[in-house]
Amino acid sequence: MAVAVRRVLRASRSWRAALGGQERWRAETLRLICTTTAVQKRNVPASGPEKYTEAFIKKQIEEFNLGKRHLANMMGEDPETFTQEDIDKAIAYLFPSGLFEKRARPVMKHPNDIFPKQRAMQWGEDHRPFHFLFYTGKQSFYSLMHEIYGKMLDIQKYQDQLKAQDLDEKKQINLIGSRWLIKEELEEMLVEKLSDHDYSLCIRLLERLVTLPCCGIEEEYVLKFRKELDTQLKKVVIEPLQYDDQGVAFSTGEGKRKTSRATVIVYDNGNGKITVNGIDYLHYFPVIQDREQLMFPFQFLGRLGKHNMVCTVLGGGSSSQAGAIRLASARALCSFVTENEAEFMRQAGLLTYDPRNKERKKPGQEGARRKFTWKKR
Amino acid sequence: MAAARLLRAVAPRFRGLESLGKAAPRTSQLSSRLYGTLLAPEANPPADPNAINEKLITEPLKHSDFFNVKELFSLKDLFDARVHLGHKEGCRHRFMEPYIFGCRLEQDIIDLDQTVKHLQLALNFTAHVAYRKGIILFVSRNRQFGHLVEVTAKDCGEYAHTRYWQGGLLTNAHVQYGSGIRLPDLIIFISTLNNVFEPHVAVRDAAKMNIPTVGVVDTNCNPSIITYPIPGNDDSPLAVELYCKLFKMTITRAKNKRKQMEVLYGLQNKAESG
Repeated sequence: MAVAVRRVLRASRSWRAALGGQERWRAETLRLICTTTAVQKRNVPASGPEKYTEAFIKKQIEEFNLGKRHLANMMGEDPETFTQEDIDKAIAYLFPSGLFEKRARPVMKHPNDIFPKQRAMQWGEDHRPFHFLFYTGKQSFYSLMHEIYGKMLDIQKYQDQLKAQDLDEKKQINLIGSRWLIKEELEEMLVEKLSDHDYSLCIRLLERLVTLPCCGIEEEYVLKFRKELDTQLKKVVIEPLQYDDQGVAFSTGEGKRKTSRATVIVYDNGNGKITVNGIDYLHYFPVIQDREQLMFPFQFLGRLGKHNMVCTVLGGGSSSQAGAIRLASARALCSFVTENEAEFMRQAGLLTYDPRNKERKKPGQEGARRKFTWKKR
Repeated sequence: MAAARLLRAVAPRFRGLESLGKAAPRTSQLSSRLYGTLLAPEANPPADPNAINEKLITEPLKHSDFFNVKELFSLKDLFDARVHLGHKEGCRHRFMEPYIFGCRLEQDIIDLDQTVKHLQLALNFTAHVAYRKGIILFVSRNRQFGHLVEVTAKDCGEYAHTRYWQGGLLTNAHVQYGSGIRLPDLIIFISTLNNVFEPHVAVRDAAKMNIPTVGVVDTNCNPSIITYPIPGNDDSPLAVELYCKLFKMTITRAKNKRKQMEVLYGLQNKAESG
């Protein structure tokens, strides 16, 4: 660095003499700032992505394990039973970061998770490649296709054997509840880039394999390429019935709609009396539409005159309060009713929260959707 | 005879291949690829450990059929595998006319006497290449036999390419694979054409990179650039299975012979020194 600066200054001696006094030091400082080490290195070709050697990764793993033990000692925990979750918590505690991007925060993970998986050397000392499909360029992908096709031929041979013995068995693979791996997951599995066309060919071949009658013999191989779908079984927790002093069963429910919040207690052995905020429902909801909303859950289950209801509702207007009470009473009624009927209620939409809210007004428009009057000229 | 002459011309390159432990041979291998076999530098004067290598390499060249490939097949086997059946008269390639015996009901019949001679030469050549631990690449773009060819290559311990041929696999190898790559020393074509009935790109690329080729040429193929053409049918399953079986047997035979010779010369050397 200093050498470069000296070179530059020596070259500019004549130029400096020509300049006036004040401008001289400003120009010199400008010169000093501009000369960097980047200027010295010329004709160096751009290097590709860093290749991590096995020795390097091994060293990183050793350092990680050592660091894990140190961290455990620092936090006062047992080094033997220090899991990754404990590490994450400890790092978040010791290095609190206000950054919004989670991936920019300090992280301490096993080197296999941080350094991308790379291929080991493809050929040995005599320079002969290890894999028999090396010269195709995409060895893992084509060897996968080769394997799958081989499995298909095996299945066909097995089918022919069965037919020769006059047996007629069919073993299909159960594909319900799972999906094929996506392209990124397959790329990760093969440690090789795939094109969309290649991926679609692979999936088509697997589909073809699965359509064969006796594909059950290769079931565990095919399941390697299937991933379980996230089972979102919405098991709503159904509260058990509670009993008050007189032995009457009752149940509570909460409901929301727009800005209204309602809490409802539904009593058994009733005559259909409904009290809202201490007022009878006929007086509280003069509009028939709101009263119909209150009625709907009971009418759906056929229990119109059999329950009493005591509700408290706050916020919103009449319609939204009615909707909130409807949701709350439907939820309360789940405790009185069998699971099948509860499923019917869910499919009818009685147990779903209505997410509709007032849409915000946008700038440049009069309302949420209404635009200003358009004038041609 | 022609085979032995060809091998002697090619020998300097293989000699460079043999002494791979030293730095010089890699450059000699590259230079021989780029500038032709004649410019390959002379091998080092045989020191004691290399004397065995010299004997190992020169011994097979003194016999015309060292690996006895003639016994692997007969004309009757070729006939039974329907190797003599060519395509229709309209598909005939002009350069295949010397190899065609005649035409019957508009279907060309390939001359099996010539096929026998060409097949013996080709098998002898592959055996010599395999004996010297060369890399052999099987190429075929016929989708019906792709799996079979790959399985054959795997069983021999050699390499196969039955998929879409990317442009620079041979000619742009250092960019495609990385530096320090060793290209195939022999390419065997089970079918010379690709799926649109044009000559396979690898035929031309191998000629450009000075890699000898062995290929089964049917009546609609161009045999001119292929080093050891084998006129014969490339569409029947029986014929292709026969070719795969023959190549596999020659390669395994050559490799076993190599191991035997190494053991033999090793013992001889010990007996002499001891």
